[in-house]
Amino acid sequence: MTLSEESAQAPSVVVEDLPDSVEVATEEGRRMAAQLHDKQPHAKRLLEVRNLTTQFFTREGVVHAVDEVSFDLDYGETLGLVGESGCGKSVTALSLVRLVPSPPGRIVSGQIIFDGVDILKLSNAEMRLMRGKKIGFIFQDPMTSLNPTLPIGFQISESAKLHLNLSRRAADDRAVELLSKVGIPRARDRMKDYPHQFSGGMRQRVMIAIALACDPMLLLADEPTTALDVTIQAQILDLIRSLSEEFGTAVILITHDLGIAAGMCHRVNVMYAGRIAETGLVDDVFEHARHPYSWGLMDSLPRLTDARSARLRTIEGLPPDLLDPGPECRFSPRCHYVTDRCRTAEPELSSREGEGHLARCFGTEPGGWIA
Amino acid sequence: MGAYLIRRVLWIIPVLFVVSIITFSLMHAVPGGPWSKEKKLPPSVIEHLDQKYNLDEPVFIQYLNWVGPLQFDEGALQRDEADNLVFGGLLAGDLGPSYKYLDRSVNDIVADGIWVTVQLGLMSFILSVIVGIPLGVIAALRHNGIPDYAATFVSIIGIATPTFVASILLLVVFSIALGWFQPNSLDWRTDPSSWVLPVIALSLFPIAQIARYTRASMLEVTRRDYVRTAHSKGVKEGSVVVVHMIRNALIPVVTILGPLLAFLITGSFITEFIFSVPGIGRYYVTSIGQRDYGVIMAMTMLYAAAIAIMNLVVDVLYAYIDPRIRYS
Repeated sequence: MTLSEESAQAPSVVVEDLPDSVEVATEEGRRMAAQLHDKQPHAKRLLEVRNLTTQFFTREGVVHAVDEVSFDLDYGETLGLVGESGCGKSVTALSLVRLVPSPPGRIVSGQIIFDGVDILKLSNAEMRLMRGKKIGFIFQDPMTSLNPTLPIGFQISESAKLHLNLSRRAADDRAVELLSKVGIPRARDRMKDYPHQFSGGMRQRVMIAIALACDPMLLLADEPTTALDVTIQAQILDLIRSLSEEFGTAVILITHDLGIAAGMCHRVNVMYAGRIAETGLVDDVFEHARHPYSWGLMDSLPRLTDARSARLRTIEGLPPDLLDPGPECRFSPRCHYVTDRCRTAEPELSSREGEGHLARCFGTEPGGWIA
Repeated sequence: MGAYLIRRVLWIIPVLFVVSIITFSLMHAVPGGPWSKEKKLPPSVIEHLDQKYNLDEPVFIQYLNWVGPLQFDEGALQRDEADNLVFGGLLAGDLGPSYKYLDRSVNDIVADGIWVTVQLGLMSFILSVIVGIPLGVIAALRHNGIPDYAATFVSIIGIATPTFVASILLLVVFSIALGWFQPNSLDWRTDPSSWVLPVIALSLFPIAQIARYTRASMLEVTRRDYVRTAHSKGVKEGSVVVVHMIRNALIPVVTILGPLLAFLITGSFITEFIFSVPGIGRYYVTSIGQRDYGVIMAMTMLYAAAIAIMNLVVDVLYAYIDPRIRYS
């Protein structure tokens, strides 16, 4: 039974009591800490994104980075966002915590309901309380995402002090606990070390400890392994998976690596040119893809059976200019199956075989011309 | 770190040595000398003076004489009462005679003015830092907003206005028109108000420079990934700036602070001249015009030493601000 089914049936994740080592500074702190560990869901789903549209207002014009994106996420579920560079994966994730660089970026319309709370209606101060506490974020490049002038112990305990109202010592204890949890040996000794004293993989572990410092309900991992070498990648992914299972944390994993998505996620959203092209359970999308772009992505994966001299397969052409996408299907210029219909209108996401399996393609709709 | 410091301090010696040789040679290569006057002195008088001050010796002998290992006092090496060879000249802390103020040694001239100049410089430095850095930070945080434009406006005025214009304007407005301050203070020791206008005049340029550097550096830091990380942790806006940004932003600013402090504490000709500050700043210009060799060398060495020491201080500060920097 996968975790998503589990949480769908029994949407409560039991979390053990606060460890004894954590001393709580004040009554307020005790209340906050208790609330933190209260993972009783306040809504049917952890996250409901509806028609999220994020645009960048540049000198050249309006860039439609994320265009009418809708998806759901269950408590404890792991969702993959896959697609090539510039397809809107990262901007989608940044929109969820309202960290789109502004100016020039702005969330123009849509709705983000997180644990029953409308994120886009929160004040800045309320939003700040969500970030770090309920939603943790792991960024792509551990080399630049940690502050070079602050000891890592401080960087980890900072949000615990802030959100859990822990005393300095309690927050430090928590940081040590997290550091050992993410697999850093001699954690207490390393609290005073600076990021440059850690390797890339170790820094990403520190980043994970920061993201999990307040035991969030949702972890946004934006290409967490892209900047790491392959052997370290597997370790980091294992760590994210085991910790998310241990804490019952839902994960949105952004990656352009289909292998990672297949191994880590319950469901995937394939994004193309700011929109979701196909979505569904991992098996459905990978085994029975119903969008030519998904086929192209999977076709581009090199295989062990390929002749050594064979060229890598690619999807010919480039993604459309997001400054002024036309009315046509955005994949139509690169699609082998394109017809006149595709060039006049863009299809909606529609159901395919499989639970929650949707694809945005006229050709694979019932009665379509692609078998 | 200790070994590094000792090495760096020792390195100052050859630096000063080279600076002194270059200055000494250039100084003697310039036509004219301390005795050149509009009304020419008789050749016999000049010859006599040259002899008295050893100016008839070859330049390198004069240099050695000035440095100290050879004191050609009546052609003999200097000896103390017990007949041991002793260092004279610069190595003994003796900057030699002034060729202009015949009743005073260069040591007297420097000792008379240096503390006034250092005080003025330190006050200006502190003012520049406590105004310049916040100005730059505010401008960067309100990038392209009214505070940014206001700060940029002030900076450009500060950089574009020559000190003598600013000094005279300050004098005209605050001393003469408004009468708030004495135009020429008679007592710098007991009347604190004497310092106000010269400190402000001397600080305008440094404030502008520091503000510009800070603003540029803060703008760069704003876009850094670790600032985004701080926001993603839900850190308060103010804490992001104070805890995560300013320290990183100050690294390039510290680079200019060292030379700036050296410049300020060794004195400014224009400011001291206009406000009649009894410091040493004015000798930078007057000594050269007068070919007052001893004073020229003293001022140059003072400035060179200040720059060398300040650069060392800056490098040590780097290690303090940026943990990635470690010296060995």
